[in-house]
Amino acid sequence: MKRTIFNNQLLPWLLLAPQLAITFIFFLWPAGQAIKQSFLREDAFGINTSFVGLDNFTALLDSPEYLNSLQVTAVFAVLVTALSMGLSLLLAIAVDRMIRSTRVYTTLLVWPYAVAPAVAGILWWFIFNPTIGIMPYLLDVIGYDWDHISSKTDAMILVVIASAWKQISYNFLFFVAGLQAIPASMREAAAIDGAGPVRRFFDITLPLLSPTTFFLLVVNIVYAMFDTFGVIDATTEGGPAQATNIMVYKVYFDGFVGQNIGSSAAQSVVLMLLVITLTVIQFRWVEKKVEY
Amino acid sequence: MIENRPGLNLLAHLVLILGIAVVALPVWVAFVASTHSATDFMSGTVPMWPGPHLVENYSRMLDAGVSTSGTPPVGRMMLNSLIMALSIAIGKIAISILSAFAIVYFRFPFRGLAFWCIFITLMLPVEVRIVPTFQVVAGLGLLNSYAGLSIPLIASATATFLFRQVFLTMPDELVEAARIDGAGPMKFFRDILLPLSRTNMAALFVILFIYGWNQYLWPLLITTDAQYYTIVAGIKRMADAVDGLPQWHLVMATAVLAMLPPVAVVIAMQKLFVKGLVETEK
Repeated sequence: MKRTIFNNQLLPWLLLAPQLAITFIFFLWPAGQAIKQSFLREDAFGINTSFVGLDNFTALLDSPEYLNSLQVTAVFAVLVTALSMGLSLLLAIAVDRMIRSTRVYTTLLVWPYAVAPAVAGILWWFIFNPTIGIMPYLLDVIGYDWDHISSKTDAMILVVIASAWKQISYNFLFFVAGLQAIPASMREAAAIDGAGPVRRFFDITLPLLSPTTFFLLVVNIVYAMFDTFGVIDATTEGGPAQATNIMVYKVYFDGFVGQNIGSSAAQSVVLMLLVITLTVIQFRWVEKKVEY
Repeated sequence: MIENRPGLNLLAHLVLILGIAVVALPVWVAFVASTHSATDFMSGTVPMWPGPHLVENYSRMLDAGVSTSGTPPVGRMMLNSLIMALSIAIGKIAISILSAFAIVYFRFPFRGLAFWCIFITLMLPVEVRIVPTFQVVAGLGLLNSYAGLSIPLIASATATFLFRQVFLTMPDELVEAARIDGAGPMKFFRDILLPLSRTNMAALFVILFIYGWNQYLWPLLITTDAQYYTIVAGIKRMADAVDGLPQWHLVMATAVLAMLPPVAVVIAMQKLFVKGLVETEK
């Protein structure tokens, strides 16, 4: 805490005013509206609204489409997180062995961070385009008939690859930082004791890397759940047959395309609770990590 | 290195080169596609090496665009993206540094409450409250405007926390010395805090510029007037519109142009970028 402070009652409010105004108008007010609308139901013309209590929420639980969306989101988040974290850990370990060439390799690996999710989606969509794409052509050689327009599995693979691709650079940077924070003396001691590289990795590196891994786990789940909207919208638009309709996409689709405001608002509230939970977990852990 | 194992080193190089190849593949394919003419795609698969139409395709997109898709020239969309990204980055830094200054250097009633109001924005990503936020912006008459594109995305808890951390680590003697010299709070802010926060601001700017440039859902919803389309949102409209008659070479040229500015920023400012990324996530 600061000992010396300025004594002024009005000035701090003036300084906070722009931030607070935007927070109220564009964050708190809409969030409040979402909560309010989640208890209301509008008729098709938007003329009459009535209070329906928890009906919008119970309707979600009865909706096969929503339950499907929950499942799709879970599968999608797990696959994206596992794929991007696995690949970036491998690359980070490889870079950690380097002494001179680290910077060059890092530069060549970090730039996908700057590519917009929607653009990443378009790029992979083109690569996997069933008629002219390069991947279906290669897959055809090994006898796989790629078609993400009608195959649910292929569509999921497409959005997972596009989303994980974009996240590799982020995970890579944090894994490299985590690896460099591990004291070299520990690994040297283990090496003297005769532990080989594989043994050292599982007995020393991996446990000491666990705070980084946990942090990335939460960040990646949040990324897969909320920031991949652009990937989905630019490629599959939730299809085929709801196969890639993740929760964030469904909120948008039901609200703007389906005009079902009550249901969309209830879904927003569920998502808010999820983000709050994930944020709390992340902060709790970051606090703990200090003592680790 | 702990022990000399040439085999493992070679393996590490191989893994990295393979990784770079996988990471670069989509961009290479896009670049190659953007240098060919439409007829080159009729033969079956995409060519693997650049063709002769690079200048022709890019200059066409930059100043004319694809008239059938209803999107403006790419040059115009890039200008819109630039305005949006700069407004968001500068706006976020400006309002966050002021709030952090108020929270750290003043004691006033409801200070904790103000802090929590800002904190809560962390938990409300725009994707989650999309419908009501759209209604608010529509109600304020901000659809199809640069203000509507940027202001709703300007509040930032992470930036406020970052500056709060920076200020908390600054020695108390700085304020004391300033006060003895007769400096008021605003003079202290301008002459001491701002210059000392310069590298933090620059690092944050890199991250926020990329964030602003890459916005997709928000500009897609609130712009219906083609004059305000941003390039990341525009590219989807273009890909949709050309579905009937795929003009892949032009769509891919647009994709390359859409990622060029943020990727250039990351590569040119790698140090600041990494610093900004690590700091904002703390």
